[in-house]
Formats: sequence, C-alpha cells, structure tokens
Amino acid sequence: MTKLKERLLYTDKDPADDRSRMRAVANNLILHLHPTKVPAPALKWTYTWGLGGISATLTLVLLITGVLLMFRYDASVERAYTSIQNLETQVTFGALIRGLHHWSANLLIVTTFLHLIRVFLTGGFKQGRTTNWLVGVVLLLLVVAFNFTGYLLPWDQLAFWAITVGTSLLGYVPVFGGAISNFLLAGPDVGQGALRNFYAIHVAVLPAIMILLMSYHFWKVRKDGGISQPIPAPTEDKRPSRVERLTTIPHLVQREFAAAVVLITAVTIFAMLVPPPLEELANPIHPPNPAKAAWYFMGLQELLLHMHPLAAMLLPGIALAGIAAIPYWDKREEDIGVYFRSKIGTGTALIGAILGVALPPVLVVIDEYWLDLPSMMPGVSTLISNGFVPLALSLGGLAAIYSLFRVVGRANRGEATVGLFVFLMVSLVMLTIIGVFFRGANMALVMPF
Amino acid sequence: MNKKTTTKNDTSELNRRDFLKMGASALSLLAVLEVGGASLLFMQPRSLEGEFGGTVNAGPVDSFPTSSVTHFPDGRFFLIHTETGGFLAVYQRCTHLGCTVNWEPDQNRFFCPCHASAFDIHGDVQNPPAPRALDTFAITVEEGQVIVNTGAIQTRDEFAPEQLAYAG
Ligand code: HEM
Ligand code: FES
Repeated sequence: MTKLKERLLYTDKDPADDRSRMRAVANNLILHLHPTKVPAPALKWTYTWGLGGISATLTLVLLITGVLLMFRYDASVERAYTSIQNLETQVTFGALIRGLHHWSANLLIVTTFLHLIRVFLTGGFKQGRTTNWLVGVVLLLLVVAFNFTGYLLPWDQLAFWAITVGTSLLGYVPVFGGAISNFLLAGPDVGQGALRNFYAIHVAVLPAIMILLMSYHFWKVRKDGGISQPIPAPTEDKRPSRVERLTTIPHLVQREFAAAVVLITAVTIFAMLVPPPLEELANPIHPPNPAKAAWYFMGLQELLLHMHPLAAMLLPGIALAGIAAIPYWDKREEDIGVYFRSKIGTGTALIGAILGVALPPVLVVIDEYWLDLPSMMPGVSTLISNGFVPLALSLGGLAAIYSLFRVVGRANRGEATVGLFVFLMVSLVMLTIIGVFFRGANMALVMPF
Repeated sequence: MNKKTTTKNDTSELNRRDFLKMGASALSLLAVLEVGGASLLFMQPRSLEGEFGGTVNAGPVDSFPTSSVTHFPDGRFFLIHTETGGFLAVYQRCTHLGCTVNWEPDQNRFFCPCHASAFDIHGDVQNPPAPRALDTFAITVEEGQVIVNTGAIQTRDEFAPEQLAYAG
C-alpha cells in the first residue's frame, strides 16, 4: 500500500544522495502544485480563508458525484424527471449523491464569489498577478455556466421556467443575443433540443474547460511567486526583514487536507438533512406564478423589474468588465497583501458596505411605488426612458460614490476602489435577497413572513 | 519564393523557414475554421414537419368561428380568427421573458402570469412589461386548410391589418 502510494507520488526510488534528493523533490506530485516552501503568514486562515482550496475541493466533489449521476440520468424530456424521481426514491444512496452534487454546486457559487472578494481585498491581483485575476474571472463565469446548464436537467417546473426566463434575457442582447439563445436552445424555446444541448455542455464541454483552466490557475499561483504577501517592513538596519518560511510538506498539505475533510463532512451532513428541491414535472403551457430565475440570478432579475432588459444586462456587464479591469486601475504595489489596503481603505469599505445595505432597498421601494420614468417622459421610447436614463443614473451614482471617497475621504485610487467594490458586492447581495424573499405573485413586493 | 520580397537581413534559409511557417499557420487556421464551421453546422437546430418548427395544418377554414381564439399547444401558437374574417397565428411565448401566455375569453385578452403582461386579441400590448406585441407565424390557406409555418418567427412592434391572412 505504501509502496503504491510512493509510486504514485514519486517517480524515483528513495533518494540516496543530495543530488537525487533534489530530484525527488522536483518529481513529487504535490510539489508540482505547490512550491517547496511557503511563507508562514501565507498559511494563516484569516488571510485566504482557504476559499480557493475550498472551491477546488467542491469542484472535485462535483466531478465525482456528477460522473455517478450520469449513470442514472436520462437527458430526454420523457425520462429526465422520472430518472431524478428514481434517484430520490429507488436508487441506493441516490438521494445522497444528488444532494451532494446539488448543494456543492450552490456552495461553489458562494465560495468562488467570496474568493474573488478576498483576492480583491488583499490586492492579490498585484505584482504580476493580472493574468491569474483574469483567469479567475473566467473561472467564476464557468462556475455560473455550470450551475445554469445543470439547473435545467431535472426537468421540473423550476428548471423549465428558470431556464426559459434566463435564456430569454439573451434575446435582449443586441446583434448576437437571439442567435446565441437559438443555438443554445436548439430552437426558439426550451424543449428536447435544449435539454440535450445543456446536458452535453454540462457534462463534457464545461468540465474539460474547467479542468484545464483550474490547473492553469494553480500553476500560475505558483509561478507568480506563491500567493500575495505584504511587503515586509524594513528592519532597524534598513535591510528587509526575513519572513519565516515553512516546508509545504507537511505544513501546507496538512492544513489543506484538514480543511477538505471538514468541508466534505459538513456538506455531506447538510445533504442528508436537506433534500434538494424537485417540483412538479415541467409543463410548457403553465408557468408558475411567480416564475423566478435561479437564486444567483435573482439580483439580475430584480434589476429587470426596474429597467429595460438591455439596460439591466448592460449594468452588470459594465460592472463585470470593471472588475476584470481592476489590475489595470489599482497598480499601487506597496499595499499588497494588506486587507482593505490601509486604514482609509477600511473606512471606505465600511461606508461602501453601509451604502450597499441601505441604498438598494430604498431605491427598489421608490421605483416600485412612486417613480415612473416612462410616464414622466411621454413620447420617449421606453428603451431610453426606462433603459438608458436609469442606467445613466446608476452609473452616475457609482461615479459619485467613487468621487466622494476620493475628494471627501482623501482616499487614493486603490482605497476608493475598495469602497466602490464593497458597495457593488453588498448591493448585489441585497438585490438577491430582495428577489429571493420579497417577491411574490406577479413579482409584486411582498413580506416573506 | 523570391528573395527580393524579403527584408534585407534575411538569408534565403530563413526565408524558406518563414515560408513554411506561414504556410503551416495558414493551413492550421483553415483547419480550425473548417472544424469550427463543421461543428456549428453539425449543431444547427433541426425541425420536422408537423412538429413545432415545421408547418402545421390547423384544420379547415370553416371550423373557426369569427372572433375566436384557438390554442394549438403542440404548435405552440394561438390561431385567431378576427371579426373581419382574417386569420392571425400568434406565438404563445410572452415577448417579455418567454413565459406561456393564456387566453382569457371573459377578459378578451392574453395574460402572462409571470410578470403580468396583457395583450389584446390581436396580440397588441395592453399592459407592460412586455416590450412588443406577441410574435406571429406566417399563415397560408391551401385548399380550404389553414397552414401555419412555425419555422419562422416574425416579430412586430404592434398589430397592423396587413398581418391578417384571408381565405381565398
Ligand atoms: C473555480 C473557481 C476557483 C478556484 C477553484 C480557485 C482556486 C484558487 C486557489 C486554490 C488559490 C490559492 C490561494 C487561496 O486559496 O486563496 C487561488 C488564488 C488566486 N485566485 Fe483563484 N480560484 C477560483 C476562482 C477565482 C476567481 C473568481 C478569481 C478572481 C477573479 C481568482 C483569482 C485568483 C488570484 C488572483 C489568486 C492569487 C491570489 C493571491 O496571490 O493572493 N480565482 N485560487
Ligand atoms: S414573461 Fe410574460 S410578463 Fe414577463
């Protein structure tokens, strides 16, 4: 057994002399993923919160449970729903495997999102890490694409109408939108063609891209000199102080292993206690009321209730482009590895968070009950009155918040960006909460209790 | 390849290498385009006669009284016979975000339960958020039968009398 393990981890026999010991290190599998030594502070939980590793572990759980599910699932309109019912009631451990897959997928959205936030807040995109930041943004989009394509597969009412509403959004994207949606759905609306396409994308196309890109992501972390760290303060004699460095085996590997075990146990217990939802069989004639998108699109859906769909797509699109462009904007490298950049940055983040909690609900309520832009601008196309006007107002608001930090708060570029970023992220969370809990029949505002 | 077309420092050996490189790149590009194009065509949506996406025979003209709306769930359209005797086939899909609309005879309107859009008997928007009238399908009347072509979805901003098809 140990022999076998050695065989898998090393390509050579026991090292005899120094030179071959070096080679043993170079040929170790773990050390292809990690550097041989890591700075001690980089191991602190409160720096990374282990979010990248947690995301990677969840991806692994998803791959394994996903392959298992493939043995029991039929991608046909007639049988998809029954095969899921069978999983829940007939197949041994079927409910558990499905639960693990379902909850890991949803959790992965959360952990990937939090990982992005952590990397941003510590300036982890600095000192040559721009490429990996961009790769990360693509990984986040991939995770969302995974969830979106997987959502349709159970073929229940939830699946059918969430994907109908979700792909209809594409129809509002100018020029290509209609063609892309037509291609994805293999026709104008959700049916057998769409189910088959989504299945192929979910189980073959996306995993292939994901595995390649994730491997690249890890390799690049290593090549960028490990994860970001604060620049050590100079010592008395003006020479940079030396940070303690620990060997990866066992220090880092043990921690990763412990985290993975705790995570998998927690997800398994959750999956046993909370069965994933399965509604009635999809019925293309009778949409449920309200018909909602998947929870992670609820923020977008909330925007849709207030703006012309084109504007509601442009706003998050611009925000995403902005997030991708952050490394080109915040280039100050002195504050790398420090949460919120500085004291001022902590302040802007706090104000951003407060604004993010307060503003969206107020704006939603005002727009719902009092503000009616189209009737204030009679004769103007709704694309302008309900589209470009609120879009411009929103972007103007963001610019105002940024300038507030710069001028009143005397923040530098990076610190002001922290405030704006925190505002955006908290707003997204608030909009999502409103969409999930406060929207009832006909999408009217309701109290959840 | 002619030596004179290259920049001054190039030797003829590099020249051949460049030529092969260029040729190989061009061929690779072509191969990628071919494979990509073939894959795209391979994945083109297909549809068959009698199903949605093909032509659907809705039945004889006289089987639809005027001012009536008949739902064809398999063809995914409503056949409207207006009071002027014209036929109009509207796609059942709401122009807002794609939910299926219901015909409510007592209210004389199409209603979408998802975000409460309403449309009149011609498919015109009565109540937003739907941005435009319900989409239509082309109708032909052949030998007294109403034939609806569900292959091509026609979008329109609002109803116009030219959209109606008449028998004979
Ligand atoms: C499937 C999704 C992802 C996985 C599995 C993943 C995994 C990881 C892992 C294991 C690390 C090592 C440090 C840590 O644990 O925090 C890391 C670092 C990093 N990730 Fe990700 N990541 C994902 C998505 C993203 C996203 C969405 C972004 C941002 C747009 C991103 C950008 C980065 C960057 C720039 C680093 C280096 C951070 C630093 O040096 O401080 N990654 N990632
Ligand atoms: S989908 Fe019909 S009103 Fe939104």
